[in-house]
Amino acid sequence: MTAHLPALQVLLPLLCAPMCVLVRHRLVAWLFFLLATVSALACAVLLAVRVSGGRELHYAMGGWEPPVGIEYVIDAANVPVLILVSGIGFVVGIYAKRSIEAEIDRHRIPLVYACACLTFTGLLGVTATGDAFNAFVFFEIASLSSYALIAMGRRRRALLAAFRYLIIGTIGATFLLIGIGLAYAVTGTLNMADLAARLPDVYGNRALTAAVAFTFVGLCVKMAVFPLHAWLPDAYAEAPSALSTFFAATSTKVAIYAFMRFAYTVFGVTLVFRMLPVDTIGMVIGSAGMVIGAAVACFQKDLKYLLAWSSVGQIGYIVVGFSLHSVGGLTAAYLHLVNHGVTKAALFAVAGMLLLRLGSVRLSALAGLGRRMPWTFAAIVLAGLGLVGVPPTAGFVSKWALVVALVTDGKWVLVAVVLVSSLLALVYVGRIVEVCWFREAPATGPVESPPASMVAATWLLVLASLYLGIDPARLDSLAEGAARALLGGAS
Amino acid sequence: MIIGLYTVLSHGNLVKKLIGLNLFQASVFLLYISFGKVVGGTAPIIEKGFEVYSNPLPHVLILTAIVVGVATTALGLALAVRIFNAYGTLEEDEAIAAEESDGAAAS
Repeated sequence: MTAHLPALQVLLPLLCAPMCVLVRHRLVAWLFFLLATVSALACAVLLAVRVSGGRELHYAMGGWEPPVGIEYVIDAANVPVLILVSGIGFVVGIYAKRSIEAEIDRHRIPLVYACACLTFTGLLGVTATGDAFNAFVFFEIASLSSYALIAMGRRRRALLAAFRYLIIGTIGATFLLIGIGLAYAVTGTLNMADLAARLPDVYGNRALTAAVAFTFVGLCVKMAVFPLHAWLPDAYAEAPSALSTFFAATSTKVAIYAFMRFAYTVFGVTLVFRMLPVDTIGMVIGSAGMVIGAAVACFQKDLKYLLAWSSVGQIGYIVVGFSLHSVGGLTAAYLHLVNHGVTKAALFAVAGMLLLRLGSVRLSALAGLGRRMPWTFAAIVLAGLGLVGVPPTAGFVSKWALVVALVTDGKWVLVAVVLVSSLLALVYVGRIVEVCWFREAPATGPVESPPASMVAATWLLVLASLYLGIDPARLDSLAEGAARALLGGAS
Repeated sequence: MIIGLYTVLSHGNLVKKLIGLNLFQASVFLLYISFGKVVGGTAPIIEKGFEVYSNPLPHVLILTAIVVGVATTALGLALAVRIFNAYGTLEEDEAIAAEESDGAAAS
């Protein structure tokens, strides 16, 4: 049984998806979604234990040996991502029950859970697979179901957001497909380890350069790196609350993981960073994203749009982190990937509760929130400080790691950019606090407190982000192990 | 490939965008199949008298990608139908204009 863990990790959520459709019952479908996330979380933790100490697990899908068959590889580099995705999935599972009941038509609810299971499967699949083409297929499973989920949003604007995401996302995925195809054409293999072994023979080949370019541009679309982020704000802001919580924490993060996987272990440091200027490009667009994303967030009038734009900014930190191609930079990237995922999920969860109780998350509607919903306000402040990077929150740990890595590398300009962007984050978080605390509340009756399950899930996320800030040692060792696994595979 | 991409970017009509997207994807499928062609090879079916076969792997792969493409088109068309129901138009700029006038009325 335990030998099949890498496959079960992906297969159990996949099996839950058709069950949700077949039973057509809201409660049972929710239980299936919860089952999918709990089992995935259990698998991820067991796998983490088994790969600790630098081991790698290889699983030949269906008994077909690689490089012909599809191989699943679990190592230190993808375990943190698996835990993040399934952990967030579990918390969102708790949160989703009441949130989805409130926002979506009754008869559609089982279908929502089915799509959520599929998204979840896709994200786990991208992370676990060791086969380039298989990664593309899982990306599309995740993307297609998330287009459908975004279209479920309450306003009709969600439809336009989903359509735009569909067009941009499909172009990105097709670029990825071209890239993988070209890499296959020059090497004759799709297995990631095998690709890495055969690529040095064809260095300098024009098709290989094109393969790298297409793959990375495709992945950048999925990651929503700054100039290719156009789909993200609408998509995150218009999706149903529970799902925007899930997407914000996981979907771009998985794409970032895939980028690191392709850059370090498939194409390799020599090709990507020495022969092609991917690191320079990464630093330029990463720092542009940091500043512009945060600056645009300052001008948003709607809390969910503000948070979505802040995501564009925060992705910039991760991009800069892994563009350093040093252990420090990659560790910082991993730390921020997890820390920002948890923090942003907490904030979107709060936004969902506000949407449920106040009917709107426009900043003007939040006036006086500090007195009307003090606990919810406390959650916003704690998670918001995490976005700014104030100690002792999770955001501080990863920003500190990033700044140390930048200083070690002598990149002082980038240190300044990180500081500017953090100040901008202070501005937009400050705006939320200002509106919630200092403005007079409109003269309406007291607000009903949000459902206990949603409160519990939100505080779980907030406390997790605090815990990661106060006791970062465990995550730090996971992140450093991941960084070493990526760099070790490349040299 | 370029024609498809250009169609997606240049047309405001949602269905035309989808057709462009389809064209773009189909050309990538052809690109894959061209990798698999072996000069003088036949279709990869074992048969007496043939020694050289085309590489079957790109065909298998692209079958999966075609399924993905069909699913994308279906989803895109379904969304286009719902957008038409919600806005009464399939032109992207008209829908956005309707959205903006809505936003102005609400605030």
